[in-house]
Amino acid sequence: MAEVTLVEAVNMALAKAMADDAEVLVFGEDVGLDGGVFRSTDGLLARFGAARVMDTPLAEGLIAGVAVGLAAQGFKPVAEIQFMGFIYPALDQIVSHASRMRNRTRGRLTCPMVMRAPFGGGIRAPEHHSESTEAMFAHIPGLRVVIPSSPSHAYGLLLASIRDPDPVIFLEPKRIYRAVREEVADDGRALPLDSCFTLREGGDVTLVTWGAMTMETLAAAETLADEGIGAEVIDVATLKPLDMDQILTSVQKTGRCVIVHEAALSGGWGAEIAARLAEEGLLSLLAPVQRVTGYDTVMPLLRLEQWYMPSEGRIVAAARRALEYA
Amino acid sequence: MSKPAAFDIPYTRFLDPEGRAIVPVPAFAQDASALIPDYRAMVLTRTYDAKAIALQRTGRLGTYASCLGQEAVSVGFGSVMQPGDVLLPTYREPGAQLLHGVTLVEMFLCWGGDERGHDFAGPREDFPVCIPVATQAPHATGVALAFKLRGEARAVVCCFGDGATSKGDIYEALNLAGVWQLPVLFMITNNQWAISVPREAQTATATLAQKAFAAGIPAEQVDGNDLIAMRHAAGQALEKARAGGGPHVIEALTYRLGDHTTADDATRYRDDESVSRHWKEEPIARLRRYLADAGVWSKGDEEALIAACAKEVDAAAETYLATPPEPPEAMFDHLYATLPPSLAKQRAALIEEAAALIAEAKGNG
Ligand SMILES: Cc1ncc(C[n+]2csc(CCOP(=O)(O)OP(=O)(O)O)c2C)c(N)n1
Ligand SMILES: [Mg+2]
Repeated sequence: MAEVTLVEAVNMALAKAMADDAEVLVFGEDVGLDGGVFRSTDGLLARFGAARVMDTPLAEGLIAGVAVGLAAQGFKPVAEIQFMGFIYPALDQIVSHASRMRNRTRGRLTCPMVMRAPFGGGIRAPEHHSESTEAMFAHIPGLRVVIPSSPSHAYGLLLASIRDPDPVIFLEPKRIYRAVREEVADDGRALPLDSCFTLREGGDVTLVTWGAMTMETLAAAETLADEGIGAEVIDVATLKPLDMDQILTSVQKTGRCVIVHEAALSGGWGAEIAARLAEEGLLSLLAPVQRVTGYDTVMPLLRLEQWYMPSEGRIVAAARRALEYA
Repeated sequence: MSKPAAFDIPYTRFLDPEGRAIVPVPAFAQDASALIPDYRAMVLTRTYDAKAIALQRTGRLGTYASCLGQEAVSVGFGSVMQPGDVLLPTYREPGAQLLHGVTLVEMFLCWGGDERGHDFAGPREDFPVCIPVATQAPHATGVALAFKLRGEARAVVCCFGDGATSKGDIYEALNLAGVWQLPVLFMITNNQWAISVPREAQTATATLAQKAFAAGIPAEQVDGNDLIAMRHAAGQALEKARAGGGPHVIEALTYRLGDHTTADDATRYRDDESVSRHWKEEPIARLRRYLADAGVWSKGDEEALIAACAKEVDAAAETYLATPPEPPEAMFDHLYATLPPSLAKQRAALIEEAAALIAEAKGNG
């Protein structure tokens, strides 16, 4: 079994999906010879040829729209948007078409496409390269929004996303593209979509997060453990549709919940989770739900971005606040 | 039936790659010494560019996009812009930005990840570097519309690359500028590459300039490594625009001699041989030979210029490095004209967190 990074696991899953299914196509900007600016498509052109691995002209609206057309024809397009910051021209196609095609044709035409995009801050990137706007996509009915948090999750969730019969926005936390190596078997086994993953068990407080913030959140859980506090860490993984059951089950046990995300506070996906806790889990809660998030500011350029990103310290402090309620 | 329309794309070049005039040069260039300020600006641009790469390599600047080999394009149109004109640059036009009054320190701050680098003290109406490719083109059309509505004899320069011409924004911006006859020069810097995608894989059209015809705008190609040609073409286009003659498109043919950015490795997708070939056409050596042959530029002048540029760029880099970051709460201070009370709470929390972390770091350090 190979020890791979998250970005290598993405590459492995793409290759596996292409090898298994001739209908899988990979395209986007610089995905061919260059292998993607993060190398996630490295080697695919050489292995599968230019008819299945295509460099497109520079046009994200086009990339998304072409994916809709190919998908309606039975192909399985896996389109790359180079950075999430450049996905917005594609929104029209995603919101107005990809997410609705099945519904508006009553299942006659469908949209089994995946749009991959690296997202998130903390890599000292230029402007527009660091935002986290996953909630914008999670808001759209008919879409799936999937975010892996480790190499094995990237492999299993990307395979599941490609095989899924509906459109998936697959957002890759680029800050941890190369943060850890993990043994991942290239066995073609998918992980379940629409399901949270419990990364760590604990009985005192539930920490809910996704993507790169699993790193800070797991570190916070470790710090809390040193103080004798048992933190349960839940990786949401599929933001939409949201698996509230696992979160509710955990909160029934702990009575306390801290939600952590890099995206801005207001209207972030933590707001949806908190609302659902208020609706469906209020009587289990012993303390108000705490949110540790980016501020409601424009993502700062690199000199200030460290102050924007939720830190382990802020997560620990929020957990302690939740625990102050008797 | 008569032909409904005829299209022509002129191509302008005065200097060949050896710096020899192949056709009579325009009036502004007849006294070769009049070109010396442009030559200086090109060398200053290249010196700045090399320094930015060096700072990035040593962890003192963020990702940087080099303009190596493209200096004549930027300096060419930059030198014919007037103070009242407005520039909407890409990340690869520091030559024009400098000539229009942006400082070296501001440019270092921008790439160093400090928003103050976008707060130009000089050209207050110029736009900051635009990162989402092609999205600045409709802004340029909007600025040009403002000039037209107010009856001002000013022009806009909108920069973008060969890759950008594939995006709908460009056509949309051109189309409105064409139909409303707005005073804007669309400056296509065709450096043959959009990261790893070569020009011929970007579009099947024979030229990028001809895309202007779909919007009813006249267009031309220019040797972008020939400063005289660049200045000539851009000067005419801007004069026409200021005089109410409408928009214009220039496709400058040049070559990206460096990597796409400091995060890129161009050897993955292009061979060194083609890059070396393009080094023989690069703009600075070309103009230097022309000036030397005209007897207005000596070895001593060259040495003095290189020393002066190094000194100026080093001083700017020192100033940039000595500029402390803004306090963390600055991220709140320019969001709205006045900070809404709900955000004041978040701002206070950030100040508290930052103070605690700084105290902790001092305690550990
Ligand atoms: C809308 C958008 N998509 C993708 C990117 C990533 N990207 C940055 S530069 C670039 C290529 C641009 O090529 P071109 O327009 O020729 O300009 P050049 O970089 O050659 O100056 C790409 C794809 C971006 N910045 N914006
Ligand atoms: Mg280009």
